[in-house]
Amino acid sequence: MADTQRPLSPHLSVYKWQVQMVTSILHRATGMALAVGLLLAAWGLVALAGGEERFGHFTAFVGSPVGIILLVGWSWSLFYHLCNGIRHLVQDGGYGYEIVQFVRSSWASIVLSLLLTAAVWAYVLTLGAAA
Amino acid sequence: MAEFTLPKNSKIQSGKHYPAKGAKKPRTFKIYRWSPDDGQNPRIDTYEVDMASCGPMVLDALLKIKNEIDPTLTLRRSCREGICGSCAMNIEGTNTLACTKAIDDCKGGEVAIYPLPHMPVVKDLVPDLTHFYAQYASIKPWIRTQSPAPARERLQSPEDRKQLDGYYECILCACCSTSCPSYWWNGDRYLGPAILLQAYRWIADSRDEATGERLDDLEDPFKLYRCHTIMNCARTCPKGLNPAKAIAEIKKLMVERRS
Repeated sequence: MADTQRPLSPHLSVYKWQVQMVTSILHRATGMALAVGLLLAAWGLVALAGGEERFGHFTAFVGSPVGIILLVGWSWSLFYHLCNGIRHLVQDGGYGYEIVQFVRSSWASIVLSLLLTAAVWAYVLTLGAAA
Repeated sequence: MAEFTLPKNSKIQSGKHYPAKGAKKPRTFKIYRWSPDDGQNPRIDTYEVDMASCGPMVLDALLKIKNEIDPTLTLRRSCREGICGSCAMNIEGTNTLACTKAIDDCKGGEVAIYPLPHMPVVKDLVPDLTHFYAQYASIKPWIRTQSPAPARERLQSPEDRKQLDGYYECILCACCSTSCPSYWWNGDRYLGPAILLQAYRWIADSRDEATGERLDDLEDPFKLYRCHTIMNCARTCPKGLNPAKAIAEIKKLMVERRS
């Protein structure tokens, strides 16, 4: 029988979201976010070179609610990509392949990145602001 | 390229409902249906099955539906004991064998059953595995030797035989490959976890003398290196094997032979 345009069976829409799949897609997403976030960092440097007034525009933007959200997102992306990157490095060495190991290390990447982000922002908003 | 949505002819419509009349312990099964004969899109049919007169496994429920409710339901099955790999399908969101998955282990009220993900569907729960088998053939899954054949069999020490544990048990059910997002997006060129585990099974075999050629064949950005250690394969394997680990071993051999 000729191929009657067979349908494609559903995939993303039916596959159960498990933590190892989430960490994988987050690694990509945060990698992209970091690349985009570099534009913000570059703007900061250019503004710094451009003098006090231009740098003032930059600090006003990053100090605004939108700027804070972007910075928090960017710093979490950085920490997540770092933690999960180390996890992948260990896996490339051939370790951590048991189900219980990669489920735990997946959660560890997520939790540790959130803790690091919280720690940095606690410092920035308390001690850092005083300095 | 990654296509996150289903093509037009694959979008799922709502289907028929088959209530269980006078059932003592009804359980609902939502099953993917598609027939090549009626020109319709796939649909989800809902079957209520009386657990009081049904065997314990998902395969028992499927066969009860086929025997007593709807004979048009199409699926592959053979051994009913987890050794042939025929009844691999997506049950409750993960890929497994219907014959070794207990209905009581399905947590949700309704049991959702789909064919293996991201595969062309022949009918209902039967996916087209032609490409998967062609990829299997491409790794030359047989012993390859250069040394003259001994008078009797090629011997292997118990320690060398042990190297095949965790790999020789693979039944090629395709649960792992079709759980892998990399295989979904790049299955045309990426070999996928099942085939790479099989490739490693021959690389690890002390009697095989083509390790170099086997590694040469795999040294390819797509065939091997689309594995991003997502680990869905290891999590879903109904035989408890670890294709991700096998792929990691191949990657390590690639590095080691360069130095």
